[in-house]
Amino acid sequence: MMDYETLRFVWWVLIGVLLVGFAVTDGFDMGVAALLNVVGRGDEERRVMINSMAPHWDGNQVWLVTAGGALFAAWPPVYATAFNGFYLALMLTLFALFLRPLAFDYRSKLENPTWRRRWDWGLTIGSAVPALIFGVAFGNLLQGVPFQFDDYLRLEYQGGLLGLLNPFALLAGLLSLLMFVTHGAAWLQLKTEGELRSRSAAIGSLTALICAALFVLGGVWLLLGVDGYQVTSVIDTQGYNDTTGKIVAVSAGGWMTNYSRFPLLWLLPVLGVLGFVLCALTMKLGRHALAFTSSAVAMAMVVVTTGVTMFPFVMPSSLNPNHSLTMWDATASELTLKIMFVVVCIFVPLVLLYTAWSYWVMRGRLNEQFIRDNDKALY
Amino acid sequence: MDIVELSRLQFAFTAMVHFLFVPLTLGLSILLAIMESVYVMTGKTIYRQMTKFWGKLFGINFALGVTTGIAMEFQFGTNWSYYSHYVGDIFGAPLAIEALMAFFLESTLVGLFFFGWDRLSKEKHLAVTWLMALATNMSALWILVANGWMQHPVGSELNLATMRMELVSFAEVLLNPVAQVKFVHTVSAGYVTGAIFVLAISSWYLLKGREIAFARRSFAIASAFGLASALSVIVLGDESGYELGDVQKVKLAAIEAEWQTHPAPAAFTLFGLPNEAEQHTDFAIRIPGVMGLIATRSLDTEVMGIRELKEEHRERIVNGQEAYALMQRLRSDEEREGDMARFEEVRSDLGYGLLLSAYSDDVANATTAEIDQAVEASIPKVWPLFWSFRAMVAAGFSMLLLFALAFWHSVRRQPEKSRWLLRFALFSLPLPWIACEAGWFVAEYGRQPWAIGEILPVHLAISSLTAEQVLFTLISIGVLYTTFVIIEMWLMQHFARKGPSGSGYLDDDAESDYPISTPAREA
Repeated sequence: MMDYETLRFVWWVLIGVLLVGFAVTDGFDMGVAALLNVVGRGDEERRVMINSMAPHWDGNQVWLVTAGGALFAAWPPVYATAFNGFYLALMLTLFALFLRPLAFDYRSKLENPTWRRRWDWGLTIGSAVPALIFGVAFGNLLQGVPFQFDDYLRLEYQGGLLGLLNPFALLAGLLSLLMFVTHGAAWLQLKTEGELRSRSAAIGSLTALICAALFVLGGVWLLLGVDGYQVTSVIDTQGYNDTTGKIVAVSAGGWMTNYSRFPLLWLLPVLGVLGFVLCALTMKLGRHALAFTSSAVAMAMVVVTTGVTMFPFVMPSSLNPNHSLTMWDATASELTLKIMFVVVCIFVPLVLLYTAWSYWVMRGRLNEQFIRDNDKALY
Repeated sequence: MDIVELSRLQFAFTAMVHFLFVPLTLGLSILLAIMESVYVMTGKTIYRQMTKFWGKLFGINFALGVTTGIAMEFQFGTNWSYYSHYVGDIFGAPLAIEALMAFFLESTLVGLFFFGWDRLSKEKHLAVTWLMALATNMSALWILVANGWMQHPVGSELNLATMRMELVSFAEVLLNPVAQVKFVHTVSAGYVTGAIFVLAISSWYLLKGREIAFARRSFAIASAFGLASALSVIVLGDESGYELGDVQKVKLAAIEAEWQTHPAPAAFTLFGLPNEAEQHTDFAIRIPGVMGLIATRSLDTEVMGIRELKEEHRERIVNGQEAYALMQRLRSDEEREGDMARFEEVRSDLGYGLLLSAYSDDVANATTAEIDQAVEASIPKVWPLFWSFRAMVAAGFSMLLLFALAFWHSVRRQPEKSRWLLRFALFSLPLPWIACEAGWFVAEYGRQPWAIGEILPVHLAISSLTAEQVLFTLISIGVLYTTFVIIEMWLMQHFARKGPSGSGYLDDDAESDYPISTPAREA
């Protein structure tokens, strides 16, 4: 089949695919939930919003769970180091995520308005907080994280929750929250009518433009103000992980390396910015399908740009740069990567197939009359 | 408490709360599929109403299963970071496959199950329900492949270059006999849970004289399904895998308070008070031969006693010291002639050497006293295992009796006439949860002191965190989960009390109950 080097590269791509899958699917339901108390006026409008994603949010969230599982299987050192390192941030994310399934299923089971309002906020917190923290995490990855290993590859992590909340990371967090919000607004335009639809168009076109600005600002900041990492020794891409054996240089403008070598890569961030701008434009023009597509493309480009900028790094260490984790030396064994590749080749197409079918079955717009007609059966 | 104990407590709490919801999901999803199949085959709408009503309760339970499940997927990395590094190459794969093969299917179809009634043909909706149930069960398979490997790690080898266990044979991991018996035992226990749930609530309706037609049919399906499942749990009990590997042998000895090896076949201790200090069971009532038969499925295989197991462990710990010293030399530049060959001979005892690291900073030169400590700690406490195993078995047999009686009365078509049976069924409601939690306690507490049997001691498996950090998250999770469970149980009893008619399921005319009309298309 493939050699170890190719498998490692393919898995770098596959992890990216899973993250993009998460952003494009779970991104819109998190965005809608974040907007719930902003654009939804009154119980029935909020129910329209909730039910527009009710059949899908759970399947969407599995992209996140799968990304976690795939990280564990394909890059065990990254799973171990990142989840341990970002401990409190991840735990807060989990606490927020706890609220989502309950808010969806329990909210409309009782008539009591206080009950429903509390769960509305639960849904918003459960979606907005993870969206923010994921961005903060990536913002920190780009700056390097303070960890190193001992002789037996036991992790030593220095740093706490507050260190994660630096200005650059907060900018990244804001971008990730707002791009989910934009995507959610685009979804609402596909699935709702009347005022709800026009309100979300107004908000979505604004947040799309802010996203474009934040993305550009983040890029400039990264190139001018954040040190980049480069491997200066030769990594044996076919051999065992020698995670602590390489030599890594840290330098200003270091994250430019890949772009100087392959200028075509500039297309990725440019496409991202254009995607956000096009999304704002098409929302104004009422071209909903195009708006949803362009916000999806823009988000994909944000994820891909981050990955390509850091390549081959996935988790640089600011404490001991030589111990940084790269997609060459922080992977699973060749056999595990091979087996998991076969599994992915079989199941991801199947997943896409029945996911598409479920969206097709549940197609169409929702309105308040529909909520009244199906009061007991809906969320 | 130190960080190891806090981490263990957090894992135990999150796993046990998660497993309050999993077995009901496993069992109820199959029962929903059975009810809906009857509806599609007979066309009787009451079976559709049953699917929808029990489906509503299924949804309340499912939501909390998802919530508590997310924590499980992430906390290997957050709280068991060295574990994740050391065995992620093997352990991560079944988790990822579980997500790809089962979670996606289950979570996508659960949406169509609830919201697709009027958008799918009868047959298509039935297919959705069956596939959802199938996906739920597949998820159990993969997580038990992962857990079975922790109990009995096969198909893998330590790689000294990467300092971790690496996969050698995926087939061995998948076909691990411990995983296989665990799977059958666990899903059957889930079916029993689903059946008791339906049986108990139906019995309550019959006792109250409400929802008679609805409750009788639910009672009949639950008693038949429950009887088959209870037999399967007991006959295919997972102690049949207890001959395999040291962890399972230790577990068996502790469950049975088998302080010394006795001539085969061993007796079953029905009752007794395990006395740890004197390594003896007070007031023991024994049934000759039974345990040997259950545990070894033969009349002439011995069940190893704790004293003999400890002797074995001492030898392996001493070998493990040598393996540890060799590993240190092999990983540095001080490798000597023949080190690798010798390491090959003792490498299977390296994990036992690592046990010593809890008591000594210098494993290779640990003192006899330190070795004694490690030997003592190589066997979990006996009485918690002894009693939780008996709680599980007692609950299991009493549910078997209940199902047998319920099935008999339901075949004679008059379950509502025997009020004592209905009360028996109602008060049995907590039994499957007691059995499931006790069973998992036996499986996991019985694995101590190992995270991965014979490979990685639990005290080495933790993350690089402070005790305060873990204490903070433990308390937070404790408060959140407790609140969630209270809300869930309140909703559950609220809708069970309302019943199918009170929820508006039976009032509508037969064809339009629980309608989901087609929403307006593009305006």
